[in-house]
Amino acid sequence: MVTLILRDQRYEVRPGMALLDALRKVQLLPEAVIATRDGEMLTEDEILRDGDIVKLITVISGG
Amino acid sequence: MKCQKCGEKAVLKMPQHNMGMCKRDFLAWIPEQTERFITKYAMFTHQEKILLAVSGGKDSLSLWDILLRLGYQADGLYIALGIDGGVGYSAESQRLCMEFAERRDLKLHIADVKEQTGRTLPQWAESTKRGRGKPCSLCGLIKRHEMNRIARDLGYDVLATGHNLDDEAAVLLGNTLTWDADHLLRQGPVLPEAPGLARKVKPLCRIYEREMTAYALLQGIDYIYEECPYSRDASSLLYKDLLNQAENRSPGTKLSFYLKFLEVRRNGSFIHKDEIRPELHPCTLCGQPTSAPDLCSFCRLVQSAKDC
Repeated sequence: MVTLILRDQRYEVRPGMALLDALRKVQLLPEAVIATRDGEMLTEDEILRDGDIVKLITVISGG
Repeated sequence: MKCQKCGEKAVLKMPQHNMGMCKRDFLAWIPEQTERFITKYAMFTHQEKILLAVSGGKDSLSLWDILLRLGYQADGLYIALGIDGGVGYSAESQRLCMEFAERRDLKLHIADVKEQTGRTLPQWAESTKRGRGKPCSLCGLIKRHEMNRIARDLGYDVLATGHNLDDEAAVLLGNTLTWDADHLLRQGPVLPEAPGLARKVKPLCRIYEREMTAYALLQGIDYIYEECPYSRDASSLLYKDLLNQAENRSPGTKLSFYLKFLEVRRNGSFIHKDEIRPELHPCTLCGQPTSAPDLCSFCRLVQSAKDC
């Protein structure tokens, strides 16, 4: 499985799907996050592999 | 996805521009874009002294980095609000600003709100009618006053902030939903100087928040990732989310919303400025311009505590 981590939330998706599809699957807006794997930024067409741990960084800040 | 410029593997896709970029080209492109907007909106020159308000967040620290890379003279200003929120929020954001400045041998001014006014922001929010339940409003009031005071007292030509496109589009949406003509009139990349008021500029106003996050990450800028504890229910976060939903369905929505607003305002078809600009006069205590007959909002706030 692929694990997506956003702050203290964890989501699991099937391997083999593109990052964009994985984000849609867990109902996250691609515009609101940046995904990194092993410290490298990923574009939305990146295919996620079994065992991947993808850290999602929130881009929105302010008040 | 390939980099639009060199064909290497892209690290960021920017659907609104229909392109992706590799790390090297992206880190060159953001300063180029910033320079373009500084020039386009006549924000400042290389000869002018810039005071940049830094919060420890990704936008202001990245802007400081960009201005230095572009060869501008920019000193930092951190306003210590005394927010803890169980996470030492202000202490950590101040530490990050100080670390950024020290590593690059930059000048950072620190304005302590408690030293200046006798109370921290949370104490003001707790003890005044204006602040109770909505500290963000007080925070804005205090920061605006202090930024202008320090820019003026220390002889800076211009005051810069790290507001990005998402910040500007969210404010615009909020002001449009309430048809706040006064604030709509004043929103823009540049607020010109006036007697007692420093020129205010927003060099990142056309750069997406997502791009600024990518810049900070790729450039290795250590910034405060945690939200301000008071901002969790802020309406600006709701507006940003709504705009991102629209952006997701139609890339370029946020940019178009902001640019079309600037265009219609410039053409005079949106607001007749002569009809709504309030008359300003100096505050009798601090000298900063105000539409009130005697004290400005900041001095009224501080005075109210003394009268208690």
